[in-house]
Amino acid sequence: MSSKSAWEKVEIARSQTRKTSLDYIEEIFDDFVELHGDRAYRDDPATVCGLARIGDKNFTIIAQQKGRNTKENVKRNFGMPNPESYRKAIRLMKQAEKFHRPIITFIDTKGGYPGIGAEERGQGEAIAKSMYEMSKLKVPIISIVIGEGSSGGALAISVANKIMMLENAIYSILSPEGYASILWKDSSRAQEAAEKMKLTAKDLYDFKIVDTIIKEDDLSFEEIAKDIKKKILLNITKLEKLGKEELVEQRYQKYRNIGEFKEFN
Amino acid sequence: MIVDKIKKRENKSIRPSNKVDIPAGKWMKCDGCKEILYKEAVKENNNVCPLCGYAFRMSSRRRIEQIVDEGTFEEFKLNIDTVNPLNLKEYDEKLKTLREKTNLEEAVICGIGQINSQKAVICVMDSNFFMGSMGSVVGEKLTYSIEKAISLKLPVIIFSASGGARMQEGIISLMQMAKVTEAVSKLDEAGLLYISVLTDPTYGGVTASFAMLGDIILAEPGAMIGFTGQRVIEQTIGESLPDGFQTSEFLLEHGFIDKIVERKMLKDTLSNLICLNRGSYGGENNNE
Repeated sequence: MSSKSAWEKVEIARSQTRKTSLDYIEEIFDDFVELHGDRAYRDDPATVCGLARIGDKNFTIIAQQKGRNTKENVKRNFGMPNPESYRKAIRLMKQAEKFHRPIITFIDTKGGYPGIGAEERGQGEAIAKSMYEMSKLKVPIISIVIGEGSSGGALAISVANKIMMLENAIYSILSPEGYASILWKDSSRAQEAAEKMKLTAKDLYDFKIVDTIIKEDDLSFEEIAKDIKKKILLNITKLEKLGKEELVEQRYQKYRNIGEFKEFN
Repeated sequence: MIVDKIKKRENKSIRPSNKVDIPAGKWMKCDGCKEILYKEAVKENNNVCPLCGYAFRMSSRRRIEQIVDEGTFEEFKLNIDTVNPLNLKEYDEKLKTLREKTNLEEAVICGIGQINSQKAVICVMDSNFFMGSMGSVVGEKLTYSIEKAISLKLPVIIFSASGGARMQEGIISLMQMAKVTEAVSKLDEAGLLYISVLTDPTYGGVTASFAMLGDIILAEPGAMIGFTGQRVIEQTIGESLPDGFQTSEFLLEHGFIDKIVERKMLKDTLSNLICLNRGSYGGENNNE
């Protein structure tokens, strides 16, 4: 495991040159077809959804997408979803269940967009409903944290049977800046916050939130993608052996067991 | 996550402040109409201003006294205690201070009680304790309560009052959103009623999980309810927010809650809704 500090990982995870969801989708899957729209209000480009296959195995893909340049970032709202993102995701996740397709989600967002419209259209409700629907789905779900996983906006599409996380990705309750601002009223202490927050892949593995860490250091993008592909297939094969009810129950138990407290008599 | 924003909000209009219950002394000023009120008169009026109807924040114990039939509330004893997963020095200190000050163990009280003789599992969050934020213990208590309701085939009523997920427990707090949501979905599969009551304030990870998942969602008048806190939105978009933004009235208008209920009507409304939700056709969980 690498010896980078948490803050170094924050910087890597946020880097403008870091590979985005679409890069991984194109490298790992074949015949990707993007499907748009929440059928209620609009299409939110901060989340990319669609169908694709690996070999003869079909998948539904739900992915948070940051722009790969400034222009694209403006279009994609810097990967910060509005409620329509989650409603599009819910629509396609239900469709995946109808057609018995496993679901792969890619997590890479600073969080749900903090805007007036987002609140008017129920950002909280949309995130809640996405988690709620995921908890009921009778198909395998694998989530992969590839960059920044921050706050409820990230969690909304990562209620999964298995969670993988790239070695230099981060997953946290809030950005280190926001955290420092709330806890110490000083967002300039973000670096210090990052070291305390336990937001690295190793931290999340130790908390039993993340099941698998994907190695990155000294590996090329193609090698990392190949490893992810291998692990997707391996895990899907295992999960498909479970019955539908067992799948739902396995997901339930995964979250049921997350919590840190002490018991006394 | 929204805690400090809520504390720092100025009360421009009839918006609640962070003053909880009734301040010391015999007289108090209403945050709504700014009139000087006799403290006892407000207390007897369910912590609502008798002049303008402004609802002051209410502690979980007072809420239970007001909603649950006298002598029927049995609190669940889980025997679990908060720990400090990120080893933050200030967390232990603040927990200790808050416990002494509020005489509460944590930010939610859960149990079984009767509301006008209707039995239900009832969970009440308390904004006096860490702004009602949800960490491991709150998440565990809520999940346990919902599971208990499933095994006893009882309806669930949750009163939310929370700034969101508890920052001091980091990612573990975030995961409690998924944990409680999973439990709500099991409750739904079991065909049982869940009424979510939103009170001032309901924000962040609580809004974005169980609070917005009720079969029926009620709110108190003028309560502040949202996902992102107002200061963060203002800083992001660089403009001030419209009047009435994120109030219960705003949510009702946008279709996100079923009904706004005045505090004095809340108990009767809840028992009535429990009765009205008993199906006559083929249901098994009719709580008879």
